[in-house]
Amino acid sequence: MFNLYFIPQEEFCSKLGYFNPFIPIFAANFEIGMSFRRIKSLLVVSLSFVALLVSTSTKANESVVLPTDSNKVKQPIVAEAEPAAHAAKEEGSFNVTETILEHIKDDHSWHLWGHTSLHLPVILYTSKGLEVFSSKNFLDEHHEQTIYKGNFDYKIIEGKTKIVDAAGVVDVQASKQLWDFSITKNVASLFISVFILLVVLLTAASAYKKTGVKSAPKGLQSFMEPIVLFVRDEVAIPNIGAKRHAKYMPFLLTIFFLVLTNNFLGLVPFFPGGANVSGNIAFTMTLAVCVFIVVNLSANKSYWEHIFWMPGMHWSMKLFLAPIELIGVFTKPISLMIRLFANITAGHILVLSLICLIFIFKTVFASAIAVPFAVFIGLIELLVAFLQAYIFTMLSAMYIGMATEEHHHEAHEAHKEVAHH
Amino acid sequence: MVVGSVAAIGAGLAAIGAGIGIGQIGRGAVEGIARQPEAANEIRANMIVAAAFVEAVALFAVVVALLGNG
Repeated sequence: MFNLYFIPQEEFCSKLGYFNPFIPIFAANFEIGMSFRRIKSLLVVSLSFVALLVSTSTKANESVVLPTDSNKVKQPIVAEAEPAAHAAKEEGSFNVTETILEHIKDDHSWHLWGHTSLHLPVILYTSKGLEVFSSKNFLDEHHEQTIYKGNFDYKIIEGKTKIVDAAGVVDVQASKQLWDFSITKNVASLFISVFILLVVLLTAASAYKKTGVKSAPKGLQSFMEPIVLFVRDEVAIPNIGAKRHAKYMPFLLTIFFLVLTNNFLGLVPFFPGGANVSGNIAFTMTLAVCVFIVVNLSANKSYWEHIFWMPGMHWSMKLFLAPIELIGVFTKPISLMIRLFANITAGHILVLSLICLIFIFKTVFASAIAVPFAVFIGLIELLVAFLQAYIFTMLSAMYIGMATEEHHHEAHEAHKEVAHH
Repeated sequence: MVVGSVAAIGAGLAAIGAGIGIGQIGRGAVEGIARQPEAANEIRANMIVAAAFVEAVALFAVVVALLGNG
């Protein structure tokens, strides 16, 4: 077939007559292969649509029928909107903003299904010592907020544990002495993702120990190897350089896998996932601070020179640039922090508000629009989850690369000479 | 009430900015692919990354609008 390219026009046309019978066969085979793939993906999509539609109708009926065991299994995205039904029932009017924010923020209990939730331990350190109790104690039998009497009287006010007096008024002075180390939803979710990472990565690592790097990867190892190589070849080497990248690979891989796992776990709508960990500013800030420390500790002399006394510039320009560059040192990790936080939080808000449409219109038929849209956004969020992990790692690598770069001073010196003349 | 409306306008303006930005990226990418179809994969990967950067700026504004609203 390739030879056809090198044949002159007229000859090509005459040859085409000979080849004619072959071309349709080839094309037909090609088309069959393509249509199989198309049908397969269509089937998957339509099946997931049906599953989602079924689960919405069971959920929507739940206000009448009590939850049964069969209902527990089928609750994908819709599960998050379930407590919204409670709010609607109790208050009569449905507050979208409140419902969405409730799902996004951290909490002491982890909603499982229906009226069941996991009450996570509260760990407090006060002037009277350490204290551990279940967060169930913060709720009375009507699921209303109440005061727990421990060493002090504790109550949750606007999501934070505070010390209150008998009348329920916050004791500001005593509350300042309160250290809250509670295992909240986000912390528990972080433990789960750490557990997953340890199992997956240690399994892959031990396989390398057993068979060495020369033999072909097997099982989980062959799943992890392309991802690790992707981080090395697409992120570390182009940004840091082939010479120095090895030193920073552990750090970059840690960041990449931690962000990726938490992003993906956040997209799972039922129990082991669903916590908004990487959409929590404290989590992203911790990562950003780690990047800040690594970048600035590995920075070389020429990096600091470029910040405080930009070479090859007039002295007045140097004075002008120094504060700007100094601010840049801090804004880089801050932008990392806000980018990840905003992307993941916005994704969660988007999916939740689409599901909330059903409760705003108060009809099951709204789910005909809301659920496909939520699935669509959910698929985009899968892309975003990976993309943000990639971008966070890539920018970290870029900042490290900028800090460790070896500059060619000849260029600047040549510049100076030109300036002198 | 007024604060909420202003926040909504702010989020809308941010969406306009991001729309223009992503539109420009898409145009550039499509033009690039039209000129050099063999580089399509590389261009597409870079396009997605650039689009994510632009989107992030819009999301900064959304966060600010949310905080201002709440």
